[in-house]
Order: sequence, then structure tokens, then C-alpha cells
Amino acid sequence: MDFTDTAFVLSARRHGEGDVILSCLTRDHGRHLGLVKGGASRRSRPLLEIGNALAVQWRARLAEQLGYFQVELLAAHAALLLDDADRLAALNAAAAVIDATLPERAPHADIYADFADLVAALAGGAGDWGLAYLRWELRILADLGFGLDLSSCAVTGATDGLAFVSPKTGRAVTAAGAGRYAGRLLPLPQILCDPAAPVQPGDIQQGLRLTGHFLHAHLIDAPGAEKRLTARDRLVERVGR
Amino acid sequence: MNDIEKLIQIMGRLPGLGPRSARRAVLHLMKKRDSLLQPLIAALDDVHRNVRSCGICGNLDAADPCAICRDSARDAGALCVVADVADLWALERIGIFKGRYHVLGGVLSALDGVGPEQLAIAPLLRRIEAGGISEVILALGATVDGQTTAHYLADRLQGLDLAGGRLTISRLAHGVPVGGELDYLDDGTLIQALKARQKL
Repeated sequence: MDFTDTAFVLSARRHGEGDVILSCLTRDHGRHLGLVKGGASRRSRPLLEIGNALAVQWRARLAEQLGYFQVELLAAHAALLLDDADRLAALNAAAAVIDATLPERAPHADIYADFADLVAALAGGAGDWGLAYLRWELRILADLGFGLDLSSCAVTGATDGLAFVSPKTGRAVTAAGAGRYAGRLLPLPQILCDPAAPVQPGDIQQGLRLTGHFLHAHLIDAPGAEKRLTARDRLVERVGR
Repeated sequence: MNDIEKLIQIMGRLPGLGPRSARRAVLHLMKKRDSLLQPLIAALDDVHRNVRSCGICGNLDAADPCAICRDSARDAGALCVVADVADLWALERIGIFKGRYHVLGGVLSALDGVGPEQLAIAPLLRRIEAGGISEVILALGATVDGQTTAHYLADRLQGLDLAGGRLTISRLAHGVPVGGELDYLDDGTLIQALKARQKL
């Protein structure tokens, strides 16, 4: 069994003294794990930093085995972000979310494309990285079947004045529609309803709390996944400052 | 399992040694009982009985506080923060830094479940709040985890309310190693070197 593909590094866990178990998001084979022989060496270690784009070749005798990766660097995105605390935190969080939510070996072309766009936006250095990250999480939720419906109010059908999201259904609700249940609903920042709305202080954190609720409620169930998401928790804390 | 097999198994767990090299090392020790095995046993026993972590910086030494923390000739105003004792020893080996150290005991890593509570960050903040430190050098690895830890520490240090004035926070430069030729460098190092270029 073997394949060649392009991939983004999600995590690299040391295995023994010299090897590394690489988790990466491949274009055609989904999130895939494999052993990189000598991956902890001085030569290979810089290649396996989170967010780096690789050309990978995976080999195993049987399909269900962990298998071996041979990797070649395509783009060193991590090195571009080491000096930027905010963007580095966003890259860490994005890799953690993918690592924690995606099942192994299930191809997701859209998620790969979205992740590539996000990494390019973060590494590019221009634009609002917080908004780019928040919109990326919304797309991840949608790609995995838990997209939020922010088109109209679930109660009144109104399309203007959407202010909350139901934590159960993920549908938007206006202030009038929420009534006395407003306290039980999740606040919806305007930037998610109106792409032209300016980003207000606190909008990104509020948005991340919203997406975080659905990530935790529906998509995080693998052992150790909660622990992995502490990288995302640190991002939420950072954008709140 | 006999005694030799037990020793081979224990030696085989050491970094850099596998079962084969452990067997060779044990056989060598057996051949040099008086000149090597006996001194090794004595040295291991001494280390086991005497060496401990320094209560101030986290270095390993036979005394607590360690020799570096006790040395009054060192600059008490400069504090170098490192991830592990091995990093401290690497910096001491070059002999240029004459300040003091603080060993964190690792770097933040969500993958390995290492958060701020698992590192010696609270003792670091207490040391700095106690006063007398004017510069903190964050000597952490040029990796995503290393620099995430450096940014986290920088945020925490900037948030300190210090009575004794300003605190300078710096980090090690990243770039072309001495003797390195550009053609052979990895892309990440080249990117870092270009970003951190200096005016001549």
C-alpha cells in the first residue's frame, strides 16, 4: 500500500529516540498518521513544524497499519509565523481543531482547501487574521455537518436584527424572537451576519465562544481531543486581551 | 533473568543506547571491573545521593542553591530562561553569558498536555517580582512550541507590576548558523535569517 500526496503538518509526536509520529492533513487522504523514521533528527525536525506544507509518500504493508511517511518540504509556513504571537496562536489552534475533530483517513477536499487558505492568510501577514480564523471555524463546522444557519430568525423568520444563536439547533434568533430566553442563547457578533460590518472589540472572542460551543458539543469526542484543544483555549484567551 | 541481563535491560533504556550497544557497554564494564565498573558505581551512588534540583533556578547540582545561583560575581540583573537543564549547560559551555538562569522544565505543548501549570512559570514570576532583575532573555527553541512558550512568557512578564522599574525582555536571534552555507540551509532557517537581517 502506498500513496503520494501533499499535506499540512498538524502535529509531530516523538516516538522513541529518533522517530516521529506525524499527523498531517492530506489533500486526497484526509487526516493521516504515519511514522517518520529519523523525524526527530536535526535535519528533519524543522520540516515537521505545525503548518508546514509537505510532499508526502506513505507506505505500509497493509492498509490498516500505521505505515511510514517520507516527507519533503514544500513551504515552511511555521518559520514565517514564529515572531507573530497572534498568528502563531491561530495556526496552533487551527491545527489542534483539525487534529481533534477530523476522523482519520476520511478525505475532505473542502477542509483541505479551507485549511490551505487559512494558512496562506496567516502566513501572508495581511488582513484581519482573527476574522479569517473565525470564518474558517464556521466553515469547518459546516463541512463536518454542523453548520450554523445565520440566514434568518428561527422564531420570526426575520432576516435583520439577528442577535443570538440557539445552542441546540445552531439557528439564528433576533432579540425580539429570543424574548425571555435570551439569557440561554449564545450571542451572535454582527460580523458573522454582515460581511461588511466593521469588527468591534470583543467580536472575535464572542464568535470563537459561539463556534467553540458547537465544536465541543458535537465534534470533540476522541480520547485526548479536549486536551489537544488547549491550544484553541489559549487563542480565545489571547484575542480577549 | 540473571544480573547481567537485568543490567543490559536497564542500560538499554538510556538515551543513545539500544539492546546491542547496552550489551557491548556491559561487557566492556565486566572486562574493566576495577578501572571502570567500580568508579562508575561510586559515581552513580554519589550523584544519586547528592545531586538535586536547585530550589531557585532548577539547575542540577550537588548543592542547593546551585553554584551559579551562589556565585556573587554573576550579574543578578540578567536572567536567562531556558526549557531544560541541557540548554542551561549548553549556554554555560560557551561561557559568554554571565547572568543567572531559570529552567522551565519544558515548553508548552497541547499535544503532550503540558500547560503553564506544568512548567516552572509561577516561580519565575515570583523571582522577577521579588526585584533586582532588569533583563529577561527567553532562550527557547526556534520551534512552534518553543516560540509559543516565549510569547506566552512575554505576555505574562509584560503584565507584571514591577516596583523597581522597567523589565527588558529579549529572545535569542534565529538565523544562519556559523559555518552554514545558504545553499544547504532549510527554508525555515533562511526565512528567519532574512527576517532578522541586520544593518551593516
